[in-house]
Amino acid sequence: MSQELFDAMKQSIVDGDPDLAAELARKAVAQGVNPLEALNQGFVPGVNYVGEQFSAGEMFLPDLVIAGEAMKAAVAVLEPELAKSGGQREVLGKVVMGTIEGDIHEIGKTLVVTMLSATGFQVYDLGVDVPVMKFVEKAREVNADIVGISALLTTTMVKQKDVIEALEDSGLRPRVKVMVGGAPVTQSWAKEIGADGYSEDAVGAVAVAKQLVGS
Amino acid sequence: MPGQPKSVTNPRLKLHVFSPEEIQKIHTATLDVIESVGVRFPSQRALDIWEAHGADVDRETKVVKVRGHIIEEALKSCPPVYSLAARDPQQDLPLDGNHVWVGTDGCGVEVIDLYTGKRRVSCLRDVVEIARVADALDEIGFHWVPVSAQDKPARTRGLHEIKAIWENSTKHVQTESIYNEHEARAAIEMAAVIAGGREALRKRPVLSLMQCTAPPLGHDGGSLDAALLAAEAGIPTGFMTMTACLTTAPATLAGNLVVGNAEVIAATALLQLAFPGAPVFYAAAQTASDLRSGAYTGGGPEDFLFGAATNVLADYYNIPLSMGSFATGAKEPNWQAGVDNSLSTFMASVVMSDMLLGVGFLHGSRIWSYAEMLMDCEIFEIIRRVINGIEVNDDTLALDVIKAVGPGGNFLTHKHTRQHMREIFVPQFMDRRPYNIWEEKRDGAVDWATAKARHILETHQPVPLDPGLSAELARIIALAEEA
Repeated sequence: MSQELFDAMKQSIVDGDPDLAAELARKAVAQGVNPLEALNQGFVPGVNYVGEQFSAGEMFLPDLVIAGEAMKAAVAVLEPELAKSGGQREVLGKVVMGTIEGDIHEIGKTLVVTMLSATGFQVYDLGVDVPVMKFVEKAREVNADIVGISALLTTTMVKQKDVIEALEDSGLRPRVKVMVGGAPVTQSWAKEIGADGYSEDAVGAVAVAKQLVGS
Repeated sequence: MPGQPKSVTNPRLKLHVFSPEEIQKIHTATLDVIESVGVRFPSQRALDIWEAHGADVDRETKVVKVRGHIIEEALKSCPPVYSLAARDPQQDLPLDGNHVWVGTDGCGVEVIDLYTGKRRVSCLRDVVEIARVADALDEIGFHWVPVSAQDKPARTRGLHEIKAIWENSTKHVQTESIYNEHEARAAIEMAAVIAGGREALRKRPVLSLMQCTAPPLGHDGGSLDAALLAAEAGIPTGFMTMTACLTTAPATLAGNLVVGNAEVIAATALLQLAFPGAPVFYAAAQTASDLRSGAYTGGGPEDFLFGAATNVLADYYNIPLSMGSFATGAKEPNWQAGVDNSLSTFMASVVMSDMLLGVGFLHGSRIWSYAEMLMDCEIFEIIRRVINGIEVNDDTLALDVIKAVGPGGNFLTHKHTRQHMREIFVPQFMDRRPYNIWEEKRDGAVDWATAKARHILETHQPVPLDPGLSAELARIIALAEEA
């Protein structure tokens, strides 16, 4: 029965088991289960449960991240099936994210990427040492709602401003929100360069991103 | 004029962290990682050196795999003992395993203003003023660039910072904020100006360089190039790992040590292969990421254990250690700051880490506080006294004195008391006043530490740097700005 399958799907997310999640997704496809139902009634409740447990202090960051990885594995199987039937999963928004040019610090940015993906954003991760114009080009290409720029050095942090200016010059700025983060970045710096959102950590970044897309 | 800085020396306290078998296991695991997984060295020059010495180099991924015996052989040429030179030779710091020296911490981005008490963005003037205050404090042995001079161009910021410190203090300068070839070249020239030429600099390195690794198991290309230039010039150079359990290292402490150790000894071996005998140091500030946010914590039992464990590793390789201590995650100078900074500094000191970094920060090395700086100095003074232990001899047993005073008397008037009373700690910032005085004034450590910092800043005159040398430093910076 579907409910049994849905429960197993939820559990695969809670247990953070990407292989099992993908297998269950394939099983659903084989059984002719509607992919959107599999997502919304099977996997998403798992993500929600982990989120609630995290908020309650019962689960920790690694639980969230590994649940996110499991979710990603399930989505990778179900999304093409959805597309075949002309549907698409509901995404909260499209985010282009990267660590700025001259900076190779990855971990914080990657955490935010994983958390946003798990929450339901479509995230395009440009990696590290990303040139200013690459952010702009990708944002244009995918019609991004949010551009996220990470920096760990005071010398590279200044280029977060360059991205915002380049978005302005290219005419994209009115429809793209900008989030900044990284150890030397502060609320006042974010304000000074005209960014729309800032968070000190990945969990906060999800709340900020949701707020920026109005959900 | 300030004299020789204070240090922990001739310790009586000892701490047992690892058995010889355990340290051997960590070393063996580290070599396994370097040989089978490899470490990323994204620098053309570094890859060429590795290749010339028989390492397995992947030019595509920049990952280098090195057989254990190459690493072990290379590390044998590390000088076990050398000194960090100061503008004032009296303030030279021997790194000889029998001294623990404290520096200012770095590199922060905000400052609690000493007069307004408000938090603001750091600038060059803060580097100047912190250097002046640090110059006056005997607990501080050397400077790290404490905060970023964000009002200076990114291209030469690191140079403006070291110039500002040399102009305002006679103590040794170590920078962690120069991490590319361009600035490193100019910084070495500047150091040569202070030392009196390139050969003099080799004998008396008035500058040392610290580079951060890029965990897990990686390095930054600019850092590697800067470190190679420094090592070539005879400037003491260290690689600092800040591996964090959960994120950039395994959740287990031993696993974290292996990852960080692989980064540090592989890079140190690289410097030795290129320039055998170059002065190098091991540097570390490992931590555990916060379970809830993933953030850097700046304290906690894991950090304290790393503080004690890392010197065992550095001793195993027979090179000096610069260890992260202090650097609380607290938002203001409070209970958390006291717990974090006391325990981290005790653990790193009792094992005789050569350098400790460092005093003055809140919020995990992000916000400079003069009050925290002064209170950290007092923490160090307490720990220094504790580690010195209890001296037992005829004079300290004081049998004659005890017999002379006898039952029911007191020791206040005895000559022996006056001879020794100044060995007893007199706090600067601990509140030992009667309760009613406190009730009336409601002030405390933060107020007193702030007042002392203001007093130092307003009255202390460091020995000025020769204006001719200053002009020469400015010229080098101007050239670097254009180049």
